[in-house]
Amino acid sequence: MINLFEVAETNKMIEEENLDVRTITLGISLLDCIDSDLEVLNKKIYDKIYNAAKDLVKTGEEISREFGIPIVNKRISVTPIALVGGAACKTVEDFASIAKTLDKVAHEVGVNFIGGYSALVSKGMTLADELLIRSIPLALSTTERVCSSVNVGSTKTGINMDAVKLMGEMIIQAAEYTKESDSLGCAKLVVFCNAPDDNPFMAGAFHGVTEADKIINVGVSGPGVVKTALEKVRGKNFEILCETIKKTAFKVTRVGQLVAQEASKRLGVPFGIVDLSLAPTPAIGDSVADILCEIGLEYAGAPGTTAALALLNDQVKKGGVMASSYVGGLSGAFIPVSEDQGMIDAVVAGALTLEKLEAMTCVCSVGLDMIAIPGDTKATTISGIIADEMAIGMINQKTTAVRIIPVIGKGVGETVEFGGLLGYAPIMPVNQFSCDAFVNRGGRIPAPIHSFKN
Amino acid sequence: MKKTIITVVGKDTVGIIAKVCTYLADSQVNILDISQTIVSGFFNMMMIVDTTGMNKPHGDLADELEKLGEEIGVSIKCQKEEIFDKMHRI
Repeated sequence: MINLFEVAETNKMIEEENLDVRTITLGISLLDCIDSDLEVLNKKIYDKIYNAAKDLVKTGEEISREFGIPIVNKRISVTPIALVGGAACKTVEDFASIAKTLDKVAHEVGVNFIGGYSALVSKGMTLADELLIRSIPLALSTTERVCSSVNVGSTKTGINMDAVKLMGEMIIQAAEYTKESDSLGCAKLVVFCNAPDDNPFMAGAFHGVTEADKIINVGVSGPGVVKTALEKVRGKNFEILCETIKKTAFKVTRVGQLVAQEASKRLGVPFGIVDLSLAPTPAIGDSVADILCEIGLEYAGAPGTTAALALLNDQVKKGGVMASSYVGGLSGAFIPVSEDQGMIDAVVAGALTLEKLEAMTCVCSVGLDMIAIPGDTKATTISGIIADEMAIGMINQKTTAVRIIPVIGKGVGETVEFGGLLGYAPIMPVNQFSCDAFVNRGGRIPAPIHSFKN
Repeated sequence: MKKTIITVVGKDTVGIIAKVCTYLADSQVNILDISQTIVSGFFNMMMIVDTTGMNKPHGDLADELEKLGEEIGVSIKCQKEEIFDKMHRI
């Protein structure tokens, strides 16, 4: 039978170490809503999402109350809208009207984000894909809760460089359209390579076409729990360090599994996956960078950071895999800058640069995340940064992403405040040398060879 | 049997167990096990209870116990057993 110490340990994790379930995300397929009449399409989308998700928030709160575990976010992901809207949308404004419908239904059912304003263009773009991408700045500037993502490359197909070039331009445009709120639109826009179909985390969540009609995916968190566990093994060798991370990840993930199963049962929706990510928040004690420091670095970004992150990421997976019956999504340590106080401190101290962050993304999920850069950065430079990150994902057969915010009107040395879970960020310098000729070539980078790996 | 774990933590005072137990009896909740320690003046109690015959929803039990805790000056949490079971048992 459960004893006092075990109960106290669990409750200490929840109360003092920020253990929580970061999100219950309900994936909803909109493929059966497709219609060539835009008005009918919008109505069908609204009705399907409303009916599927009307009890989501209430159910999440009930589970949270009964088990005494905070469930921070309740969210929705939908089929990539480029697929759903293709038949009805002939203009950028047509697509943006679907974004408004998504935003309206998100408000109505009480979720804080809805993801899936997306296009999958890893090899080529259809007319609808391109229209949707071109509508992203308008969609993000006229909605509050809609998140957008574009998959521009994969290990199997290579990288669509036309889409990479276009995304550089769209990120700048989204920043311009939302400059009144420090270019917040870009915080809701992710560019992916190897995007997973079952990711519960925003801004990159969408409901892939390989998924069932509805599905429950859960993202757990617990950087604070791992950090506290590691405080007890200071100075010990790597074997003990890794075992400690693994055991902690197991416990954290078990909570996610329990919540996922309960939510699935109560909503009558099949359980999809648990995403094993260590997701930080700006709250003190909820930082992945602090774990790296606890492993033995003065700041995240110091020499040794990539190795420390690699072992952390791997041990989290090893511990988590046994704790859950299905694992998926992004599953790894997130290293966003603005959402992690330890990362912000590292940037301010001069320990962490964009280049080091890029190296770190080789060994963890998910990529260059929530990084504020000067507003006068050229579109081609952003495309170059995206291309680099996509190449890492393509070659290493992993998901990588770029969520970068050119803050219009601000430069290096200034700070940008996004608020809430999105946090704040110092603006980081970007390499000023040009990659115009590279980005402007057009076409695609071929898929890589899958043998002779070195 | 539906097991729930009730934890009471706070400064020791007269009648903590009495008040919690009275409330549980009124709610038709059966107490299966109680363990309790006092660490440097701090009262630390865990109860395992059976809520099968309970006359209210679980959420209300949690809220009312929390309120009772505020009256006594201690923190009372009420969580279904599965969360501990999942975390500490394979």
